[in-house]
Amino acid sequence: MALVTDAGTEPVRYLKFKTRWHWAETLFWLATLLPFFLFPDYLQLASQIAITALFALSLDLILGYAGIVSLGHAAFFGTAAYAAGIFSKMVWGEPFTGLIVGTAAAALLGYASSFIIARFRHLALIMITLGMGLLLQQAANSAGWLTGGSDGLQGIEIWPLLGHFEFDLWGYTAYAYSLIALFIVFLGVRRLINSPFGLALRGIRENAVRMPAIGAPSRKHIRSIYTLSAAIAGLAGALLAQTTQTVALDALGFQRSADVLIMVVLGGAGRLYGGLIGTIVYMIAHDQFSGIAPQYWYFWIGLLLIAVVMFLPNGILGGLQAATAWLQNRWSKR
Amino acid sequence: MLPPVFGVLFDGLAYGMLLFLLSVGLSVTLGLMNFVNLAHCAFAMVGGYVTVLLVNHYGWPFLWTLPLAFLVPAILSVGFERVFYRRFYGKSDLDQVLLTIGIAFVSVAAAAWFFGTTQQPIQTPEVLRGSFHVLGLDIAPYRLFLIAVGGAITLALVGGLEYTRFGAQVRAAVDNQRMASGLGINVERTFAITFAVGSGLAGLGGALAIEIVGLDPNFSFTYLIYVLIVVAVGGLGSIGGSLAAAVLIGVSDIAGKYYVPQLGAFLIYLVMLAILMWRPSGLFGRR
Repeated sequence: MALVTDAGTEPVRYLKFKTRWHWAETLFWLATLLPFFLFPDYLQLASQIAITALFALSLDLILGYAGIVSLGHAAFFGTAAYAAGIFSKMVWGEPFTGLIVGTAAAALLGYASSFIIARFRHLALIMITLGMGLLLQQAANSAGWLTGGSDGLQGIEIWPLLGHFEFDLWGYTAYAYSLIALFIVFLGVRRLINSPFGLALRGIRENAVRMPAIGAPSRKHIRSIYTLSAAIAGLAGALLAQTTQTVALDALGFQRSADVLIMVVLGGAGRLYGGLIGTIVYMIAHDQFSGIAPQYWYFWIGLLLIAVVMFLPNGILGGLQAATAWLQNRWSKR
Repeated sequence: MLPPVFGVLFDGLAYGMLLFLLSVGLSVTLGLMNFVNLAHCAFAMVGGYVTVLLVNHYGWPFLWTLPLAFLVPAILSVGFERVFYRRFYGKSDLDQVLLTIGIAFVSVAAAAWFFGTTQQPIQTPEVLRGSFHVLGLDIAPYRLFLIAVGGAITLALVGGLEYTRFGAQVRAAVDNQRMASGLGINVERTFAITFAVGSGLAGLGGALAIEIVGLDPNFSFTYLIYVLIVVAVGGLGSIGGSLAAAVLIGVSDIAGKYYVPQLGAFLIYLVMLAILMWRPSGLFGRR
């Protein structure tokens, strides 16, 4: 009789099944090595994409899994970028310690704000995330003696990686460095979302009222995931500061928060690979159309957003999934 | 002789009235349908460009363009409501945010395409220009005019909501949408009309704002933030709340820029965060 299942092993088996590697995933990560061989001229872009993908992954954690809509996620990205940049100017240019300092700064800020975030939902939440982002950007603009204000933070010098690999003009080191960081974090996140904690997060997304009723400490879970997400966003920001060796005010801007939200939704929120695919598509398209003036670029982005929410509610990956399901369905009917 | 603090209060009040016009429509529609419309300021921008076009290209007098600055965005918004918004009423916040950010992006690009990215100049009538002295204060007649318009519209809105049949239907739908439709109120129609009036008022606000803050294609986003702050602070669906919040934010912004200019817009963000922490549903919000 299959009616009685062992309640202890069933979710465990489900999670085990989810953690197994699919061949397409292996293929995807092997493909990330291609730029080294096929497009060595585009390694700087590839490094930017890897960093933004890391940022998108951090937003997907709170948006796609815990259902927290944030319009100010760049606050953490930018804070860490400034922290890493200022650290390298004032202390030393060793890259790993810089990364740690930047990530820690963002994590601290994320932890502090997570107490506020966990209390709100709906419009108040959107406003508070937006407000905190704007507040930090204003603060960075006012504190020109520290951040360089609207001129940006200049004169960051980063020592060679491990004392050996220089950050060159072509971006070999930059891309390898960002890609390794992305992959390591990805492995951790993949493990995390297929854990009981990850399931609890999806429960919060689906029904924020019922989760506490069945005994899950939702607010505590939201605080943990928000802090983690802030730390990962911070890691991305610190990487950007180190690989480009400059930090501009737009690292904290509303535009960056909106862009990353668009990327996650374009790829498909709550799907782990959604943020990565969305970032790749968005950034490559942006690079290809960089000739057109930015205001017209946003015309197409606006149209794309409208089309995605109207016709592809689960993003590119959701659309692909629906298409394959439909094809399989037709095929099996024959 | 009055101390300069009264001048700051006067300017803040005028600015607050402007913010009130821009935001009251969003507050009511958010309260009515729980729809997060981030494209609200795009309709305000449409009103602004209608006025600019009529004054600068067709030589209309400024005041005569204002009814059209109300009507064009109102009619346009009905079209958008039919085609796009209506499908998203029951959807998640995220879908609504994305749809309306998309519309706002398109509006910015369209405005840049038709009118260029520069600030639009505007010619206001002779009577409203310059300034005069009263009790040691510089009073700009245009700001007096703004306060008068804002006051008149507040009275009209409050009167319309409190003393007409349609107003009663709107209040009923804000309080409990299901109950209202159970009683035979056509909530969809009520919403479409409210939405049109709200967008029209935003358009009027956009036209009146040109003289004070200028008009360029980024208007959709720069003022969206102020409008959202007013709505979130005032509480959803409350006209009095919007007015109080708009005046509070207007005065804090002007006072902040006058007394501590190095902080910039820092102060109003701080005011907003503090109020939201204290009362998450806004000063006058009930939910």
